[in-house]
Amino acid sequence: MERRRSRLTLLGVAPALYVLLFFAWPVAAIVARGLSGGGLSDVLRDATLRRVAWFTVWQAGLSTLCAVALGLPLAFVLACYRFRGRALVESLLIVPFVLPTVVVGAAFLALLHGEQSVRGVLLAHVFFNVPVVVRTVTPLWRKLDPRFADAARTLGAGRVQVWRNVTLPLLRQSVLAAAGIVFLFTFTSFGVVLLLGGPRRRTLEVEIYQRTAQQLDLRSAAALALVQLVVLGGLLLWSSRSQARAAVRQRLADHSQPARPVVLVPVLLTALALFGLPMVALVRRAGRWSSAVGTIGRAALVMSLRTALIAALVATVLGAMAGVVIARHGRVSRWLDAGLMLPLGTSAVTVGFGLLITFNRAPVDLRGSAVIVPIAHALIGLPFVVRSVVPVLRSIDPRQRDAAAMLGATPAQTWWSIDAPLLRRALLTGLAFAFAISLGEFGATSFLIRRGSPTLPTLIGELLGKPGVANNQQAYALAVILAVVTAIVMVLVDALNQRAL
Amino acid sequence: MHMKRPVLVTLSVAVMLSASACSSSSSSTKEVVEGSTITLVTHDSFAVSDGILDAFTKASGIKVTVAKGKDAGVMVNEAVLTKGKPVGDVLWGTDNTLLSRAVKEKIFRPYKSPELGKLDKAAVDLVPGGEATPVDRGDVCINTDTAYFAAKNLPAPTTLDDLADPRYKDLFVAPSAATSSPGLAFLLATVAKYGPEKYVDYWKKLRANGVKIVDGWTTAYTVDFSGSSGKGTRPIVVSYGSSPPSEVTDPAATTAPTAVMESSCFRQVEFAGILAGTRHPLAAQKLIDFLLTDTFQADMPGQMYVFPARSDVKVPDAWAKFAVLPKTPLVVSPSDIATNRDKWIKQWNDAVLG
Repeated sequence: MERRRSRLTLLGVAPALYVLLFFAWPVAAIVARGLSGGGLSDVLRDATLRRVAWFTVWQAGLSTLCAVALGLPLAFVLACYRFRGRALVESLLIVPFVLPTVVVGAAFLALLHGEQSVRGVLLAHVFFNVPVVVRTVTPLWRKLDPRFADAARTLGAGRVQVWRNVTLPLLRQSVLAAAGIVFLFTFTSFGVVLLLGGPRRRTLEVEIYQRTAQQLDLRSAAALALVQLVVLGGLLLWSSRSQARAAVRQRLADHSQPARPVVLVPVLLTALALFGLPMVALVRRAGRWSSAVGTIGRAALVMSLRTALIAALVATVLGAMAGVVIARHGRVSRWLDAGLMLPLGTSAVTVGFGLLITFNRAPVDLRGSAVIVPIAHALIGLPFVVRSVVPVLRSIDPRQRDAAAMLGATPAQTWWSIDAPLLRRALLTGLAFAFAISLGEFGATSFLIRRGSPTLPTLIGELLGKPGVANNQQAYALAVILAVVTAIVMVLVDALNQRAL
Repeated sequence: MHMKRPVLVTLSVAVMLSASACSSSSSSTKEVVEGSTITLVTHDSFAVSDGILDAFTKASGIKVTVAKGKDAGVMVNEAVLTKGKPVGDVLWGTDNTLLSRAVKEKIFRPYKSPELGKLDKAAVDLVPGGEATPVDRGDVCINTDTAYFAAKNLPAPTTLDDLADPRYKDLFVAPSAATSSPGLAFLLATVAKYGPEKYVDYWKKLRANGVKIVDGWTTAYTVDFSGSSGKGTRPIVVSYGSSPPSEVTDPAATTAPTAVMESSCFRQVEFAGILAGTRHPLAAQKLIDFLLTDTFQADMPGQMYVFPARSDVKVPDAWAKFAVLPKTPLVVSPSDIATNRDKWIKQWNDAVLG
């Protein structure tokens, strides 16, 4: 038993090395370079920066709460009810997540009549992140053993009581997993905060960018990056510890029931309003399709798809390895989990400049190399794969494994016949997620991409930076194309996933 | 606790490695220009028509790879970080607000092109030591929505003072000087016009008159401005002297939907420089010379929305008609900008956003 555990832990080596090599080393190098002349204490003493740090944590926390609060009813409906078009809704739901922030931000800004407010920031964060909550929570919820709830009902518990005392605790780990990702995403929010919050509201990410790009002050940028890392590192360790405590074993079978329209209709209508209105605003700003596609548009689409495919495959392989280790609890698992999440919450400026000063010698001069973009995207996709895989692995009843072992299966055979089939669906979910993230990634890409064609989001960014109605319409048209392509890919992956079961 | 150890080890390893990365030596063997490939590093707004760079390759035997990065400020910082081991051979797009830093950090290898005599003299004077070469010019200017003012029977504002006039209350949108380069350029325009002591008072008046500050040019121009694609609510915006031609859809039009307030224009000059540490200095010089040829300079307006650095190069008809390049724009010297940039941004922040 012990031997098996330690040998499985070795699976964590590859993902850990990947993160150390492409994230920890570059970031450490840039922070060390920036702080070589001191400067950390100045930054820590600056009252404005403390306010910025507080606003960053505050808006991320609030956005996370809102995204979870709105995501859970939707996850419930998708997990527990059977209705026509359910699979389609589930597939399409990922689309908001990949849209470039500039474009969605502008669409929201138009809907809000140009008003700059925290409300707008929250709304956009909810738009982008409800899909994360739904995608992460739904698979586990669908597999919840209904006998727990039934037993509670039999014992006289009301609906609310059952929800609070039975269902929510059982879902807790996947809700926390989703909340963690949403928090990181909104913690490093850049475009949305600037665009919808207005220039008075700044996050650490905005501050780092501004100091780098405008004030040319790498020292305080490095100090801020360190602050960002420390705050996040603490939060991540805390969250992975509480997640580990929350793991519950479940039966893995589908228990959905026919839909109750009283619940279904309002939930779906709310979702339609939240996701539909900005999409309509977006389509209305797009010009004619013929002008949008063009040679550059096509090249960017091909570039985006190729990058996303490579990144998603790398992330899935590494994420599966890491997931197996993390699902087993213990200190190694906690550190690995937190370590893999950290890149999500780190500034693209920090990682971008870090890579620039580390991988700068032949034979691994990655600066300006085309490989660097999928490498970075895989780093961002990794935690999504892990978070899809771990709850499923943890919920496997060990008695199933014991039974297999008793019947004479070797550990490898046991893993192959018990864990692997269950993993497949979770891995496909993770793969799709990583793919979508890569398709929509803008921040890191715009830093790292150098030669050849831009990706769709970076091309959209470029076009929005040019004057003239034609450029603007082309940008929005390309955003719609990005949404449509993502939708098609997701519907296909999910259909494949259904068939695989 | 054992927690600190891995971090410390990683840090010290990284420091060692990055320290050794700095000590590279450049070889001084004779450079073969023919058949070499050089890299032009640029910001994300760089664009060139198909075939233009091929013409250079055909004439010189030098291939050019374009490596696009982020905005100009990030690119200069990147060059500072990779000094001595540059990512490419020529850096395009350092402007006069960034020039001093680039020169101070010695990221460029000086070169005086024989073509310099053909360039705008004011631009060449900014680089007396040939640290970099001016390649294009343009101005950040107030743009106004002509139709809006015609419909309201109100004359469009013609001076910066007008913007503080109650008649134009709540009509002006500007990008933040702290997060946007045209925003910073407009801040510098007000410094040039009112002086470093009084410009803050002007901004306080603008604030009282309802100026809206947004994150960047894209939001200001394409969302809030009424005269372009976003059909926003504000008819006065900070944009460029070269923006109006892009708003003209009818080639036969005699007036553009937007107009430029000439007295508000702040001059921006972009430079290209040979990155110190390049292994292809001669090829890089040839590329700089090419960037100043008629072929390349005439291509820039349509692709990058800037005026050529050469005053003798013909610009497109729409530009001749609708774009503006004032004879006496507002200017602040690169060294003044370098010394005071952070202070001015902070003062601006306190006065306008505080």
